Amino acid sequence: MRPLIRRRQAHDPAPSRWAYRVQRLWLTPIFRSVLRVGVPAFAVVALGGVYISDPANVLRLQDSVAELRRSIEDRPEFRVNFMSITGASPVLAEEIRATVSPDFPLSSFDLDLEGLRRRVENIRAVSVAEIRIRSGGELAVTVTERRPVLVWQAREGLWLVDAEGERVAPLLARPDLDYLPVIAGDRANEAAAQALALFETAEPLGERLRGLVRMGERRWDVVLTDGIRIQLPETDPAPALDWVLAQDDAQELLDRDILRVDLRDPSRTVLQLTPDALAELRRMRETEILGDHQG
Amino acid sequence: MSMLYHSQRAMRAKRQEALRRGVIAILDIGSYKTSCLVLRFDSSDELLAADGVGAMAGQSNFRVIGAATTKSRGVKFGEIDMVQETECAIRTAVQAAQKMANMRVDHVIVSFAGARPRSYGLVGEVSLQTGTVSESDVASALAACDLPDIGEGREVLHAQPVNFALDHRSGLKDPRGHVGNRLSADMHMLTIDSHAIETILRCVKRCDLELAGIASSPYAAGISSLVEDEQELGAACIDLGGGTTGVSIFIKKHMIYADTVRMGGDHVTQDISQGLQIPAGDAERIKTRFGGLVATGMDDRERIELESDTGDWEHDRRTISRAELIGVMRPRVEEILEEVRAILEDAGFDHLPSQRIVLTGGASQIPGLDALASRILGNQVRLGRPLRVQGLPQSACGPAFSASVGLALFAAYPQDEWWDFEVPADRYPARSLKRAVKWFRDNW
Repeated sequence: MRPLIRRRQAHDPAPSRWAYRVQRLWLTPIFRSVLRVGVPAFAVVALGGVYISDPANVLRLQDSVAELRRSIEDRPEFRVNFMSITGASPVLAEEIRATVSPDFPLSSFDLDLEGLRRRVENIRAVSVAEIRIRSGGELAVTVTERRPVLVWQAREGLWLVDAEGERVAPLLARPDLDYLPVIAGDRANEAAAQALALFETAEPLGERLRGLVRMGERRWDVVLTDGIRIQLPETDPAPALDWVLAQDDAQELLDRDILRVDLRDPSRTVLQLTPDALAELRRMRETEILGDHQG
Repeated sequence: MSMLYHSQRAMRAKRQEALRRGVIAILDIGSYKTSCLVLRFDSSDELLAADGVGAMAGQSNFRVIGAATTKSRGVKFGEIDMVQETECAIRTAVQAAQKMANMRVDHVIVSFAGARPRSYGLVGEVSLQTGTVSESDVASALAACDLPDIGEGREVLHAQPVNFALDHRSGLKDPRGHVGNRLSADMHMLTIDSHAIETILRCVKRCDLELAGIASSPYAAGISSLVEDEQELGAACIDLGGGTTGVSIFIKKHMIYADTVRMGGDHVTQDISQGLQIPAGDAERIKTRFGGLVATGMDDRERIELESDTGDWEHDRRTISRAELIGVMRPRVEEILEEVRAILEDAGFDHLPSQRIVLTGGASQIPGLDALASRILGNQVRLGRPLRVQGLPQSACGPAFSASVGLALFAAYPQDEWWDFEVPADRYPARSLKRAVKWFRDNW
C-alpha cells in the first residue's frame, strides 16, 4: 500500500492546488486587467495623494517648478536687451520711451506685449502700435502716428486734431503747426471729417477764410477774416457754402458791406448788412421816394 | 432515472453556456496519458474556401488553441483508481493547456474508457395522435422505451435514438413531418458503473472545473477516426489504449454498440517487463522503439541490449533479439484481438452491410498490427488516425489522440440524446406545476 499521508516529492510535475488556482486566477481577464491597470493606477493616485496632503511638500513642489521655470526663462536666448522704436518722430519716441520703460535686460516671458501695446496706443499721438520681440534681444515697437490736420480751439486751449477728430497733442507743444485750418466750438473735433470737407469746398476763399465755428454742436459757421460769418445749415452744409461762393463769384457777395450770410433755413437766405450800409440803404431809398414824389 | 435525466440536462446546459462563452476544454483521461485540449468556438469562419482547403467536413467552426498531454496517474483500466493522483494529472494537463491557450477554461468535457460499458438496444412505440409526427411524438416514443434492468449501481451514459420506424417504413433519420399511425424508435443506451462518474465528477470539481459533458472514449474515438462513409455503411472502431481496448460499432452515423476489453498496451509492457525481467520504464521504451508483431529472419540478428544497473554483470549485460521481443508481445496482442473478435461476434457485427474495422489508439502503432489484425478480425482492417482539426499541434495528431479529437467533435456537433427532447407531459409527476403550465402552453 502506498503511504496515504502525502509527502511532497521534489520532482512532482503536477502543480499544487494553490499554484493551479493562482494560475487560473491570473488567466482571468478581469483580474488581469485590474491587476495590471487598476492596482498601479490606484497606487500612483494614493501615493500622490499622500504626498500632496502635506502642505510643505506642495510648497516645495511649487518652488522647484518655479525655479525650473525661472532657469529656463533666464537663458540668454530669451533675454530682451533694448527697445527700438520705428515710425515715430523724436518727440513721440521720447514720449513712448517715457511711457514704456522696462528695465532691461529682462526675460521675454516677463513681457506683457499686449499690455505694452495698449499702453503705447493710449498715447494720443499714436494711432496703431505693433510690438514684437525680434531675435537678438530687441523689443521692436512700430508706431503709426496720428497726423494732425486741424487746429481746434477748445475751451481748455488749442488742440491738434487728426482727420477722425482725435486729439493728437496740445498746440503749445508744437507751435510750428499754425498753417493748419482752425475750428472752434464745443465738441467741434467730433465733426472733423465734415469740417475738412468744408475746408476743401472753401478753398477759393484762400486767405480770407479764418476758420469754422461749431455752433450748438450741430452746425457750422464759416468765419472770414473781415468778420463776415456764413451760417451754414445743419444738413448739407457744403452745397450751401458752394452756393455762397458762386454768388461771390458772380455778384461779389462777400465783398459787399455785410455782416452775415444766413443759410440756416434752406428756403430763405438772409443777409445782415453792416449798420453803415443799412443807413446808406435807407438814405438811398428815401432819395428814391423823394425823387418819385418830385418826378 | 429522472436524476440522471436532470444531471444530463444540467450538463447540456453547461455545455451550451460554454459554447456561448466560446471556450471549452476537452479532457481525455486514459490509462496511459491524460490529455487536455482547449477549444475556441467562433462564429466567424477563419478558414476561407480560397485557401484551397474545403470545409474540412464542417469541422472549421472551432479551433484548438491549447493542447497538453501528461502521463496519467492513478488510472487503471480506464477507471480512476487513486483520486488524488488523477487530480494531479488533470491539474497538470489543464494548467499546461490553459497556459498555451493563454485563457482560462471553466467547462470541461471528459471521456474515459473504463467502467465496464454495456450496450442495450431499446425499442419504444407510440400511436400518433394527429397523424403527423411532431417533436413531442418523438419524445413520447423515446419515453415509451421500456428500460431494461441495467443493474445496481449503473448509470446511463449515452441514450441516443438511432432509428425511427413509421408503420412499415424503417430507417427514417428524422420522422418529423411524416404521416403515419405508429411511430417506433430504436434507441441505443450505454450504461457504465455509476461510481466512475461520481469519481470523475469529484476529480473535476476538485480542479475548480465544471463538468459540461461526459462521453465514452470508444464512442469518441469512433467519431474521429472513422471516415464518413464508414460511419454510414457500418464499421467498427477499435481503440487500442493503454489499459483498455474500446470497441464501438457505427452504422448510419450512429453508434449502435460499444464495449471494452480490459486489456491494452500497458499489459503488453507488463508482459515484456515480466518476461524479460526489466523495469516497466525500460519495457515501455523497448516496446515503442523495437516492438513488433510479425517476426522475420532479419529480426533474429537484431540484438537489443537490456541495460540495467543492478551491479550483477551477467544481469546487466543481457541482450535479446528482436524476434524474442516479438515473441513476448504477440501473444498478448493476439489475446486482445481475440477478445475484440468475441465482442464483435456478440454484437452481430457480421450482419452489418460493411465490415470495416479501424484500429486506432496508441497501441495501434505497433508495427505489424494491421497484418495480425486482418488475420484475426477479417480482411477489411485499416489503421486509423483522427480527423485533422484546426490548430491541433503535430504532436497530438497521432492515433493516440483519436479519443481527444473525437471528443472535440462531440462537443462541437453533439448527437441527439434522449434528454434533449422534452419530457412528454404525462410522464411528469402528477403534482408538478410545470405540467399545468405546459398544458396551457400547448393548448393556448
